[in-house]
Amino acid sequence: MEYKDFENAFARLEGIVGKLEKGELALEEALKLFEEGVKISQFCNTKLDEAERKVEILLKNKEGHLTEESFHPEGDG
Amino acid sequence: MQQQEFKLFEERIIHSVSQVVHDVKVQLETKFRDIWVQGEISNFVTPASGHQYFTLKDKKAQMRAVCFRSHNRLLKFHPENGMDVIARGSVSVYPPRGEFQLVVEALEPVGAGALQLAFEQLKTRLDAEGLFDQKRKKKLPLLPSKIGVVTSPSGAAIQDILRVLWRRNDRLNILIFPARVQGTGASAEIIQGIEHLNKRADVDTIILARGGGSLEDLWAFNDEGLARAIFGSTIPVISAVGHEIDFTIADFVADLRAATPSAAAEIVSGAREELVKELNSLDQRSAQAIRLCLKDRRERLRTLAASRAFVDAESRLRFYLQRLDELQSRLTRTLPSMFRTNRQNLSQQEQLLKRQVEFYLQTKRHAITTGSAQLRAYSPLSVLERGYAIVTDDDQKIIRDPNQVKEGDRMNIRVERGPFRAQKI
Repeated sequence: MEYKDFENAFARLEGIVGKLEKGELALEEALKLFEEGVKISQFCNTKLDEAERKVEILLKNKEGHLTEESFHPEGDG
Repeated sequence: MQQQEFKLFEERIIHSVSQVVHDVKVQLETKFRDIWVQGEISNFVTPASGHQYFTLKDKKAQMRAVCFRSHNRLLKFHPENGMDVIARGSVSVYPPRGEFQLVVEALEPVGAGALQLAFEQLKTRLDAEGLFDQKRKKKLPLLPSKIGVVTSPSGAAIQDILRVLWRRNDRLNILIFPARVQGTGASAEIIQGIEHLNKRADVDTIILARGGGSLEDLWAFNDEGLARAIFGSTIPVISAVGHEIDFTIADFVADLRAATPSAAAEIVSGAREELVKELNSLDQRSAQAIRLCLKDRRERLRTLAASRAFVDAESRLRFYLQRLDELQSRLTRTLPSMFRTNRQNLSQQEQLLKRQVEFYLQTKRHAITTGSAQLRAYSPLSVLERGYAIVTDDDQKIIRDPNQVKEGDRMNIRVERGPFRAQKI
């Protein structure tokens, strides 16, 4: 199954765990949900891992357009 | 007395009203130019024109005052009835009504500073308008992908933020929108930043950051236009202005107020750490839940299996199963011998049958042989063979009595080799 973004996936996972914990499901459905839960969890973990650290600054170029450039703090505040 | 009156009459110069009012106007407007007047505001009105009319009074006197739109737009606060103020302006006479008024160019409250008052007033107004409504606050994304920071690139705020992110070793993308954070035009630049970041698809959190300073230093964040820009932002905005004790209008409108820029960095970077923990906990809960679910089913199965009905049914079933087993084994034991016996039986039967058939056939054959001999013995032809003849009349009736025929009657006589006709004489 495809999840739009982390937020949705996470919310779905919370819902699944909630349902599982209620314990009112038919065994087959419980197992199906569990399986989906495992998949979502993997998806979320991937999302958590895939971010990188980048610090950029928007600067106006000669044409007056804003462009992103790597930022190196130097001011002393 | 008379003379005096006369003299007065003689010397009197008659002015027109306009002349007098004009003279007064010139006098007053020359003498009372750019003065400071302290008094209490009353009868405050703002017609559609946007000019502000009010009365300045103290215990013994009062005077009319006006603050034209071009000037009142510059006021840091909004005048109100009962407010003690110092007004700077010039006296002006309004000839059509022969009244003078103070044309106010600047106004400041007595007591609390103008800025403080302006702050309180703007806060009250925006609050009444619902800009601080908790229900309108946007939630920060669970996992921010890129954070737009509107701040001065050379200020302390951005350094504080980056330091925290470095320390926490967080993998957050930061995009800085450089903006002045104090002085004239600072508010406009911060507003531009919010608007620009809102047009981008990649930024999902905005931080407005500025280090500590006086109320005047932080004034850019008390701007009404900025308040509205924050309110209108579709991306959640965190305000991180000044120190913990400093509050700005931006703090109230923002979706989240961080006490300091560092605190803002802690908030956004803490998210990932928190999520990793939460995700682990969800994994564990889900595994635990499914374990419990399975355990529960197993127990229910066990209970069910131990129940009377099931035991009864089972014992009955077991009885049948045993019986079946027994039958089966007996069957397997009997079957081969049964099979053998049958085969023997079969061949014996076969023999018997064969013999019976043969006997039957023989008998029949014999019967047929004797039968045909007898048959032959009874045939009239065999009588004729022995020399007898058969006499019949024309009706083919056998003639056994001579009286059966009269003289001259014709008869048929049959001998061995054939028939012939004869006549009685």
